[in-house]
Amino acid sequence: MITVISARQLRKSYSGQTVVDGLDLTIRRGECFGLLGPNGAGKTTTLRLLLGLIAPDSGELSLLGEPVPQRAREARLKVGVVPQIDNLDPDFTVAENLLVYGRYFGMKDAAIEARIPALLEFANLANKRDAKVPTLSGGMKRRLTLARALVNDPDIIFLDEPTTGLDPQARHLIWQRLRELTAQGKTLLLTTHFMDEAERLCHRLAVMDQGRLITEGTPRELIEQNIEPQVVEVFGEGVEAWVAEHAARYAARYEISGETAFCYVTDAAPLLAHLHGHPTLRFLHRPANLEDVFLKLTGREMRE
Amino acid sequence: MRPDIYALPRLSRRFFPIWQRNFLVWRKIAAASVIGHIADPMIYMIGLGYGLGSLVPEMGGTSYMLFLAGGTVCYSTMNSASFEALYSGFARMHEQRTWEAILNTPVTLDDIVLSEILWAASKSLMSGIAVLAVVWLFGLSHTWLSLWAIPLALLVGLCFASIGLIMTALAPSYDFFLYYFTLVITPMMLLCGVFFPVAQLPPVLQIVSAALPLSHAIDLARPLLSGVVPTQALLHFGVLLGYALVGYYVSLVLFRRRLGR
Repeated sequence: MITVISARQLRKSYSGQTVVDGLDLTIRRGECFGLLGPNGAGKTTTLRLLLGLIAPDSGELSLLGEPVPQRAREARLKVGVVPQIDNLDPDFTVAENLLVYGRYFGMKDAAIEARIPALLEFANLANKRDAKVPTLSGGMKRRLTLARALVNDPDIIFLDEPTTGLDPQARHLIWQRLRELTAQGKTLLLTTHFMDEAERLCHRLAVMDQGRLITEGTPRELIEQNIEPQVVEVFGEGVEAWVAEHAARYAARYEISGETAFCYVTDAAPLLAHLHGHPTLRFLHRPANLEDVFLKLTGREMRE
Repeated sequence: MRPDIYALPRLSRRFFPIWQRNFLVWRKIAAASVIGHIADPMIYMIGLGYGLGSLVPEMGGTSYMLFLAGGTVCYSTMNSASFEALYSGFARMHEQRTWEAILNTPVTLDDIVLSEILWAASKSLMSGIAVLAVVWLFGLSHTWLSLWAIPLALLVGLCFASIGLIMTALAPSYDFFLYYFTLVITPMMLLCGVFFPVAQLPPVLQIVSAALPLSHAIDLARPLLSGVVPTQALLHFGVLLGYALVGYYVSLVLFRRRLGR
């Protein structure tokens, strides 16, 4: 089985408002697939549909070869989930959390106990085995949640914003572990707001907005297909006047966000030469990245 | 609204690990819990039993203490199941997101609701056994028939757990439960003959009382503790079971509506 998730024309609406609007999605075994999108784009609802926790209004869906939601229970036997908000058992120790969770998959206590040392090792929690959950740091809780999602040795792991709220050290450790999982052949499906996270981890990405996938491809493809290769960010005193007078002449496309003008160009040399003649302006020249693509596709205005 | 939220409960054995989970949490506070189960009815029975009992030496053909014991078995088990299904159930569903974590596994909402009911009933069972132990300790009851109060405690637990979960499914916050305790549980305690015979109530209230599950529980418990086989036992049993089954179904539908969308 090469395809682990296949969704065709999924639709879901709540009291007249369409949240998922004709979604097509194919995820292949062993890849790390990133689902990007602003708040309210329908990412979490999509994950809930894929897990069979809610039923779509229409469309076809299969997860690990099982039709969902009809046989979602069987499919979830080989699925791990890292939810957006921690829901570890606060009454239990680290090891008890793993034991109790493993039982939900119908595993025997002895089989779970045998897995616990390796899971704790993987999560860098070997010395926290008997610590109670409320005493753990945010990063430790995330790692325990990840270990818990692996207790049933899943084929695919769903991660809903796995590093939101973590400090840089904790994020890097999670990233390293996720790369190890893909190296072991696990399939990962993750949602994130962090473009650097998506760019580093994901083999393929899809950008979602208003319930639809608006683009899909490798990180490099998304950048090449959607945006000019160079970006010059211009800011400083008098930037507004400069934009009104000169921006259109030097940049094929530009956007103003706050006090910064983003100029998208194929060749940055003429613009940079011109900017050297404006000493009050400051600028930053860099290659285009995924965040530029994301902002171009979903707009710069706030989504709440 | 999808019609399948009205489907009958789909039973599976996967509910059991959730019961085990709750038991493991309970084991950590078992000492405090057992003391509570014993102390609470004991305080009632000593306070009211000796206090009122000295003024009212006999009620319903037995000593007031034994009369009170029959009511207390049912009242305590009702309370245990209700607190568990409302406050602890809400914590697991809402505050701790325990249900959310469980639903990501092969366990379904139907399994969770079943396990919540069985767990709350298990708490009732513990509470019922504790009250019975107090009754024996005081030397109030001398009959093997009183052992039937143990399965009765389980049934009363199932009944009030199921009804209580309807409230949990509807609750926006913990404050909501105050309505249930003030408007349902407390009146039930006063109308169903825990402290005095229902026959003392005005006729209209007697009719209300006859419709309430706690009355039927007490109509079974009181004779059993006195060593008498209850009259109309099948009717009382049927009413309690009926409340349990209807409560189970209604709460399940409400939980599906609340969480399965």
